[in-house]
Amino acid sequence: MPTVKELTARPTVFTGGHRACAGCGAAITFRMLMETPDVPVVAGIATGCMEVVSTIFPFTAWKCSYIHTAFENSAATMSGVESAYRSLTRRGRLNQEFRFVAMGGDGGTYDIGFQSLSGAMERGHRMLYVCYDNQAYMNTGIQRSSATPTWAHTTTSPAGEVIPGKREARKDLTAIMVAHEIPYAAQGTVSMWRDLVNKVEKALNTDGPTFINVLAPCPLGWGFPTQDTIAIGRDAVDTCFWPLYEVVNGEYKITYKPKEKKPVEEFLRQQTRYRHLSRKGGEPILKDIQESVDSKWHKLLKLAGEEGGE
Amino acid sequence: MEKTLRALTGNEAAAEAMRQINPDVVAAYPITPQTEIVQLYSGFVADGIVDTETVAVESEHSSMSATIGASAAGARAMTATSSQGLALMWEMLYIASGLRLPIVMPMVNRTLSAPLNIHCDHSDSMGARDSGWIQIYAEDSQEVYDSLIQAPRIAEHPEILLPTMVCLDGFILSHAMMGVELYPDEEVRDFVGIYEPEYALLNKAQPITMGAIDMFDYYFEHKRAHAEAMRTCKPRIQAVFDEFAERFGTQYGLIEPYRLDDAEHVVVVLGSTAGTVRVVVDELRERGEAVGMLKLRVFRPFPAEELIDTLAHVRGIAVLDRAEGMAGLGGPVYGEIRSALYDLDPRPVVTGYVYGLGGRDIRVEDIEAVFDELKGDVKAGRKDQRCRYIGVRE
Ligand SMILES: Cc1ncc(C[n+]2csc(CCOP(=O)(O)OP(=O)(O)O)c2C)c(N)n1
Ligand code: SF4
Repeated sequence: MPTVKELTARPTVFTGGHRACAGCGAAITFRMLMETPDVPVVAGIATGCMEVVSTIFPFTAWKCSYIHTAFENSAATMSGVESAYRSLTRRGRLNQEFRFVAMGGDGGTYDIGFQSLSGAMERGHRMLYVCYDNQAYMNTGIQRSSATPTWAHTTTSPAGEVIPGKREARKDLTAIMVAHEIPYAAQGTVSMWRDLVNKVEKALNTDGPTFINVLAPCPLGWGFPTQDTIAIGRDAVDTCFWPLYEVVNGEYKITYKPKEKKPVEEFLRQQTRYRHLSRKGGEPILKDIQESVDSKWHKLLKLAGEEGGE
Repeated sequence: MEKTLRALTGNEAAAEAMRQINPDVVAAYPITPQTEIVQLYSGFVADGIVDTETVAVESEHSSMSATIGASAAGARAMTATSSQGLALMWEMLYIASGLRLPIVMPMVNRTLSAPLNIHCDHSDSMGARDSGWIQIYAEDSQEVYDSLIQAPRIAEHPEILLPTMVCLDGFILSHAMMGVELYPDEEVRDFVGIYEPEYALLNKAQPITMGAIDMFDYYFEHKRAHAEAMRTCKPRIQAVFDEFAERFGTQYGLIEPYRLDDAEHVVVVLGSTAGTVRVVVDELRERGEAVGMLKLRVFRPFPAEELIDTLAHVRGIAVLDRAEGMAGLGGPVYGEIRSALYDLDPRPVVTGYVYGLGGRDIRVEDIEAVFDELKGDVKAGRKDQRCRYIGVRE
């Protein structure tokens, strides 16, 4: 477990100079992710904001080998890379160690890339899959995804006169990954760097498929000032809107328990995607969100065998 | 060299070639009539006959994605498919070729839904004709086997670097048995060699970025370079065929004229139907008719110059398409041949025929009728004849 000082001294694999928006949570995620590995990595990424901003030809923000092919298949593409690694190593044509990290936004992971992710995890390729979850399709202009939380405004689930934002529940992808019985699955966020870096290290050192879901606040899509990214992420975990936990070989462990669980409103009210909730008629919706957060948190406590679980 | 004669289906011939190549990675997904190739290959792996890393993916989109990943990583990578599988790969076909990855793929031709039909026509591979892949069409199982041995050498040529599909007619070739001469494993391995890419993801000393985003400032140049590789690769492909002939004894070409030198009326065809046309040409020749056949073996790159040289003296040409172009103008091969020959003076009559959709039989009598009609068209000077259908109830 490196200290911040040690981390900053490590060579940066994902470099500055990319074209992400100021305060982009996903870019911070990548930076943390890529400072961790001791062994060289090959990074593969799905189409989306981070791919677009990091490799505008003839520039690249990647100092490791990197591949992007399409939107729905970073896991499948990396399955091929990892298979090539195993084949060439076994055949004695390669004797360098590598790790493999496949990445995608929530769209490229929860939705269109769901099948290829599930396939890769089921087949047991040794790769870390990281979803940078900014809870919408940001690259195409903030459309809803199945990771968009209930009642959030997006351009395809707008808060209108009759319908107050996204009506459906958020898909719990981390749970679905756990159901794949992979040896390591976790949730992290940019605000808790030590927690995240620790998880990335564990995942990369696990011999098998691993998954980390990272909440990556997006100033543009969520509507908050660019300097608040880290603070918003902290509110997300302090309100238990985005619990931090890991599941090692099926064993749940909560890795961060807020000393005092804040009301979810503290997280919501700073974001324009929830602006409509402060209007008249917003009360019951706020209540609904709080109830859902509470119930999920209790379920998680129970899974982790902690006090307060139902 | 000692050759072994074996009775093999087209699928078995393909699997045998793959066994001898023993690629680094094979990722594949079953679909009729290709399934057997995947099964046979998995059997070779399970029995330790080959030591390929196989990836039994969950879809064809992923099989092409994984093959792309493996190839980009620096491995010799192969997959196989048919029909809906190729259609599901469509997005990735362009990415494989655009990244200039020398993937090799047996493609067992089968029609596309709807209506659902599992039998042969070329609507699948013809739909991929503009995807920047080299396309070779095999006439029989021997050619399936030979083409697959040639394919890695073509695809991986440093001045080609284009993915290559070897197309074989579903059921007609894939499931029908014929004698195939197999070459010794060591000879094939020696001919194919080891793939050593100039750039690969798995190289600590020289990391690369693959699949960057190109704006309007570079995309066009990259596509132009891709097109140029396609345009200029014909002599290099031929050189591989020539080297193959030296080693294994059979000479192949981009196009294969049959009794064409003094022919007046010619049928152009690709795939297994060439065998039927050959029989008809022989029969008609015996009756003293100046007829011939041109088999289009390599359809991408399109051998336009070669066609012009070979067909300039001919009076009438009938092009047989096993795919409907859905443009009211006949099939895709017809359109391209007619266009290639447009500047000839005198310009031959070129007529188009769509046949065999969904596995409908094409018989000797059908081809005879085509020659008859073609003679009539030429005599009447009909140059506006667009397209006819063979053996369909109207
Ligand atoms: C097959 C396909 N469908 C649609 C698109 C258009 N598209 C590109 S990125 C994107 C959304 C990406 O969203 P997400 O994965 O959440 O990543 P983010 O943009 O938020 O970083 C979409 C819909 C595409 N590239 N390919
Ligand atoms: S839109 Fe959001 S996710 Fe995309 S680059 Fe900007 S801040 Fe990052």
